[in-house]
Amino acid sequence: MKRTRMLVAAVLAGALALAGCGQQGSPGAQGSGYEPAVAENVTVEGSPTFDKIQQRGRLIVGVKDDQPGMGFRDATTGQFSGFDIDIAKMIAGGLGFSPDQIDYKVVPSAAREDAIERGEVDYYVGTYTINDKRKERVGFAGPYYIAGQGLLVRADDNEITGPQTLQGKTVCSATGSTPIQRVREQNLTDQIVEFQTYTQCVDQLINGQVDAVTTDDAILLGYASQNPEQLKVTGETFSEEPYGVGVPRDDAAFRNKINDLLQAAADDGTWKTIYDGTLGKSGTPADPPQVERY
Amino acid sequence: MNVLLDNLDLYLRGFGGTLALFVVSAIGSLILGTIIAGMRVSPVPVLRGVGTLYVTVLRNTPLTLVLFFFAFAYPRLELVELSFYTLACIGLTLYTAAFVCEVVRSGINTVPVGQAEASRALGFSFTQTLGQVVLPQAVRAVVPPLTNVQIALLKNTTIAAGFAVVEAGGIYANLSERGYNVFVGLLWVALFFIILVVPLTILQRRLDQRWSAAR
Amino acid sequence: MSSVLYDIPGPAARARNRTVGAIGVAAIVAVLVFVVYRFYDAGQFSPRLWEWITYINIQYLLLNALWATVSAFLVAAVLSLVFGAVFAAGRLSDHRWISVPATAVVELFRAVPLLILIFILFYGLDRGLGITIDAFWAVVLGLMLYNGSVLAEVFRAGVNAVPRGQSEAAYALGLRKGQVMTSVLLPQAVRSMLPTILSQLVVVLKDTALGFIILYPELLYQARFLGSQNQLGAPILPVALVVAVIYIGLCLILTGISRLVEKRLAHGPRKAKPADPDLVAPQAGHGGV
Repeated sequence: MKRTRMLVAAVLAGALALAGCGQQGSPGAQGSGYEPAVAENVTVEGSPTFDKIQQRGRLIVGVKDDQPGMGFRDATTGQFSGFDIDIAKMIAGGLGFSPDQIDYKVVPSAAREDAIERGEVDYYVGTYTINDKRKERVGFAGPYYIAGQGLLVRADDNEITGPQTLQGKTVCSATGSTPIQRVREQNLTDQIVEFQTYTQCVDQLINGQVDAVTTDDAILLGYASQNPEQLKVTGETFSEEPYGVGVPRDDAAFRNKINDLLQAAADDGTWKTIYDGTLGKSGTPADPPQVERY
Repeated sequence: MNVLLDNLDLYLRGFGGTLALFVVSAIGSLILGTIIAGMRVSPVPVLRGVGTLYVTVLRNTPLTLVLFFFAFAYPRLELVELSFYTLACIGLTLYTAAFVCEVVRSGINTVPVGQAEASRALGFSFTQTLGQVVLPQAVRAVVPPLTNVQIALLKNTTIAAGFAVVEAGGIYANLSERGYNVFVGLLWVALFFIILVVPLTILQRRLDQRWSAAR
Repeated sequence: MSSVLYDIPGPAARARNRTVGAIGVAAIVAVLVFVVYRFYDAGQFSPRLWEWITYINIQYLLLNALWATVSAFLVAAVLSLVFGAVFAAGRLSDHRWISVPATAVVELFRAVPLLILIFILFYGLDRGLGITIDAFWAVVLGLMLYNGSVLAEVFRAGVNAVPRGQSEAAYALGLRKGQVMTSVLLPQAVRSMLPTILSQLVVVLKDTALGFIILYPELLYQARFLGSQNQLGAPILPVALVVAVIYIGLCLILTGISRLVEKRLAHGPRKAKPADPDLVAPQAGHGGV
């Protein structure tokens, strides 16, 4: 099986090379330039997760790959970048692992609890809102960022300024997601459109088929920062979504260790560096939240 | 049981959307499919070619892509503005019509040659031969397989859930966000589909048995 | 048959056909030109939106995606055939305790949409019963259950279509039930149902596209991923066009192979009249995506 794949790949790659069209590298610099400090001789007393990581010698971190500015994989280079990714690197550094010792694993939103419960990932950093229902199955370190439901509109749109101005407008979000359920429950508008990804919503927004895209402002800022001529985030946020780092539920030692690392990053300015290199590019300032231990 | 009762609104909305899509696309695909079948057996070579091309392309493209093009490419044409529900109906109709066409065309072939020859001898034109003699007799052969095509359509509507249509296929995502047991939730969805499909299957069996005996 | 429907066109009819043909061609060309022009106008053919295809990493990505699609198809196709044969035999069994459950299973999996089936396999079983299935197997097993059930019906219809004299003769020669089935009925059934079976395999191939909902990295999933690449201009439409061409190409290759097989069989020693795929087989060729 493997050999066939190699063969097919080799033949096609050869053909493409002959045609002289095999570009490498990325069309635009994506990295934030953040390099984490790697701690040495780290121990975490009584943490089965950490023992497992040390045995393996590598970290497996659950992330998202389709949210620019947060967790994003560049198809041209295969590199991950974004605020969540840098937070994940910072935690890895604090655990004694350099960025090239991290294996990223893309986990769909609906399978996050499963992946953590089964130990498929050591920890998960990917726009993961802390709530009580999820706490029944996983543990949360953090929060490391307070997002809130916001609205992304076309840059030249001055009519939509907040949730109350949505009446009669078409609003788009990911199928079944909490933000769109909230719009429906609060009757903000009856013109609701759901696609599988936010990128598809943003495409329809630029196209004029929908008037606003709604979800956590962090995700929206990611899109706005990449395309400021056409898009902007408008109005106040109208919910509070504290983002946490998902960890195995019963590993309190591991959770506390990550809480310590997040607190340290907030206090010594590392958080600020990470934010300015990623989401901060959109021009919206932010401060690190207080870590909530439990 | 709680999963169902707590989210009854979700299930009602979802299956309401499923049925709305199904009814419109079913009627549309039957009409369009028959027209294209007529084109494929018509005396005009160009129409035959167009019919064949249509069937080849539509039958070999995943429905997801067909719906995708209607949701994302059509708006760029800047024609009449249509709702995403309408676009999904058009996509499902066009896709299913290709299968309806093939069934009808095979049905035409089951009518004894003498019938068409006799009508030609009586001076019937092509449309008269097809519409008044051949198609009415082909009905008995095509109804059972057409039921199958429509059952497939009913199930295929779930794919529209990913393209801005409120639909039973989207129930899962909602349940997952609301934190319910998705396994139970999905079993309910499956059960409702069985309830919808089984009568159609039984009807098809009946028709199949009655008419295969008469053949 | 089709040529029986109308007289051989005379000069007047030929002229009329030519006019209709010319108008038809003109209309289609006009629509195509319009569509292409509008896409061009909307900048969908600007070099920036097609730049993605020149990156070596993306070319590998697409190759891997193609392989993911093809490998899922191959495994699912084999398993569907086996599943279909087993359950067709089950449905045809004289023992009610075999035929009733077999019928129930086949009817069950034919009625549930594949999308829901894959959801249940991937998310549901884990949450409900603690059974973990990875994305590849969730897609493959979903395809197997659905298409296998359809194929079971196809095989059954094929066996039933073999003239009764065949099995009567076989029994008269002293063959046992199993032998009659495997060496007399099934070979003839498979031969006559081959077009239907192959068209169902095209459905399997197309339905692998549903893997994208559980992040199985097949063509459609990667297409969606590439469409989200903002630094490349988020080329949603160009990627979809390329992927559509790949799918149609793959399906046409498969159809071509089935034509070849049909022809070879038609020249074979025992000529069984191939059944019309669209009439005999319940639901064949109309499944899934």
